[in-house]
Amino acid sequence: MLRIECPCCGLRDHDEFRYGGDASVTRPAHDDPDPQAWYAYVYLRTNPAGPHREFWQHVIGCRQWLVVERDTRNHAIASVDFARKLPPRKSLARKSPA
Amino acid sequence: MSRYSAFSIFRNTLSGQKNWQRAWRAAEPKPAYDVIVIGGGGHGLATAFYLAENHGIRNVAVLEKGYIGGGNVGRNTTVIRSNYLLDGNTQFYEFSMKLWENMSRALNFNVMFSQRGQLVTAHSADQLDGFSHRANIMRLNGIDADILDRDEVRRLVPYLDFSDTARFPIHGAIFQGRAGTARHDAVAWGYARAADGHGVDIIQNCEVTGFLRDGDSIVGVETTKGRIGAGKVGLAVAGHTSVLGAKAGLELPIESHVLQAFVTEPLKPLVDHVVAYGADHFYVSQSDKGGLVFGGNLDGYNSYAQRGNLGVVREVAEAAIALMPCISRVRLLRHWGGVMDMTPDASPIICPTPIEGLFLNGGWCYGGFKATPASGWCFAHTIATGKPHPLIAAYGLDRFRTGHTLDEAGAGPCAWLQ
Ligand SMILES: Cc1cc2nc3c(=O)[nH]c(=O)nc-3n(C[C@H](O)[C@H](O)[C@H](O)COP(=O)(O)OP(=O)(O)OC[C@H]3O[C@@H](n4cnc5c(N)ncnc54)[C@H](O)[C@@H]3O)c2cc1C
Ligand SMILES: [Zn+2]
Repeated sequence: MLRIECPCCGLRDHDEFRYGGDASVTRPAHDDPDPQAWYAYVYLRTNPAGPHREFWQHVIGCRQWLVVERDTRNHAIASVDFARKLPPRKSLARKSPA
Repeated sequence: MSRYSAFSIFRNTLSGQKNWQRAWRAAEPKPAYDVIVIGGGGHGLATAFYLAENHGIRNVAVLEKGYIGGGNVGRNTTVIRSNYLLDGNTQFYEFSMKLWENMSRALNFNVMFSQRGQLVTAHSADQLDGFSHRANIMRLNGIDADILDRDEVRRLVPYLDFSDTARFPIHGAIFQGRAGTARHDAVAWGYARAADGHGVDIIQNCEVTGFLRDGDSIVGVETTKGRIGAGKVGLAVAGHTSVLGAKAGLELPIESHVLQAFVTEPLKPLVDHVVAYGADHFYVSQSDKGGLVFGGNLDGYNSYAQRGNLGVVREVAEAAIALMPCISRVRLLRHWGGVMDMTPDASPIICPTPIEGLFLNGGWCYGGFKATPASGWCFAHTIATGKPHPLIAAYGLDRFRTGHTLDEAGAGPCAWLQ
């Protein structure tokens, strides 16, 4: 059984959480016109067999969004942190200022 | 390969059943093949069979990292149906159904295909309208479909909850009489034996660990049994498409998720059809041994663990009892999980890839068992000719980029919601 140590509420059954998918994908800037950037953001996933950084929301608890690092082969959880502590997200498009 | 028949059973009886041949040879790899199919599941084995049978390509190997049938082909709940809504899916799954109807004969192997009929219950007038829409589309495509009202459903499956206290009262159902189930292991064994009969090498305990290249083209594979050359390589590794695809340099719109299946203690005959619950995710059939075989939702987060977690056991049991209160005290014997490729639109990907020499068959989500024969048929065509078979034209990798997704589940681009 998967249990997640919520930094706010403590160790909880994963049924209390909602999965939010891969936390390593970066959302393009809202005015980014590059279809490739949007395609990559919406669809492409590395889907590793191993450590995976992913979003979970503690819906039946503090309702915080968390970033969990979990091994997809055995569900061992290496770290849990508040998603709001993520460094500000850089857009792919901003890498090459026009 | 000697044929199975009433006469062969009689002849082997005379020698005490001791002289049956192996169903397929224990082949060791040759230095090179015309085609290598990676993955000895139903799809890989069917592909090898149709490469030989339909295209005369017999210098073929199927490489399987474990034993054939050890993956999803032997882990699924065996439901076969062709009640799809969207153009592209409808025609493909009906073609598959027709191949199922002749499979035991074509393979000379009894796959125990049982067309017991499948019904999906509707729990509101709107849902029944939606099912009527689907039934009309099926009929326009020459597929059998019936809409049943509440009384008709009750006559067919009286053991469902028709009481006044039912949480989601049954309004009616959509019924496909030709749908049913098959013996899943037999499908793997039947295709393996028939492919072997055409000279295909089935190589077990042989994991593909990398690809051999000549410039940008793929010209073979590295395996735990050494390097093997290939004119063309077909990937059919179900839940592991991302892992192997990454080794070839493919970026894919796929996540791996676990789906569980459940079997109860054996009961007397109760469930004659395949029944799916329209108010939640639950479906059930009864095996020939008497166990109720059922399944429900995905575990719903990326996983390669090939075993399920308890939360879903509870959810599925709740749905089961909401639909069929009469089984509330039946004991669960076993549950297990399989790793599947989930695509963002719940439809598969079968196509040539941008990498020369590499062909892709994956993304079957939790519905690929019913697709096994058609998938093998169309993938063999695609590998043999280098061009997608017309029936899989909608299943290209590029559909996500071009906006031509086939979102049969209507769940949007989140794999774990499909
Ligand atoms: C619990 C469950 C219930 C399901 N119920 C249904 C259902 O009722 N109806 C339906 O239509 N579908 C159902 N499905 C889906 C269906 O089982 C799959 O979509 C389908 O079987 C996948 O194709 P396959 O048979 O070729 O896969 P598999 O049998 O998984 O074959 C893939 C093979 O590739 C091998 N492989 C992986 N990596 C390598 C490597 N590196 N080298 C060599 N070999 C490798 C694996 O060992 C495996 O044997 C269900 C799935 C599950 C898990
Ligand atoms: Zn919390």
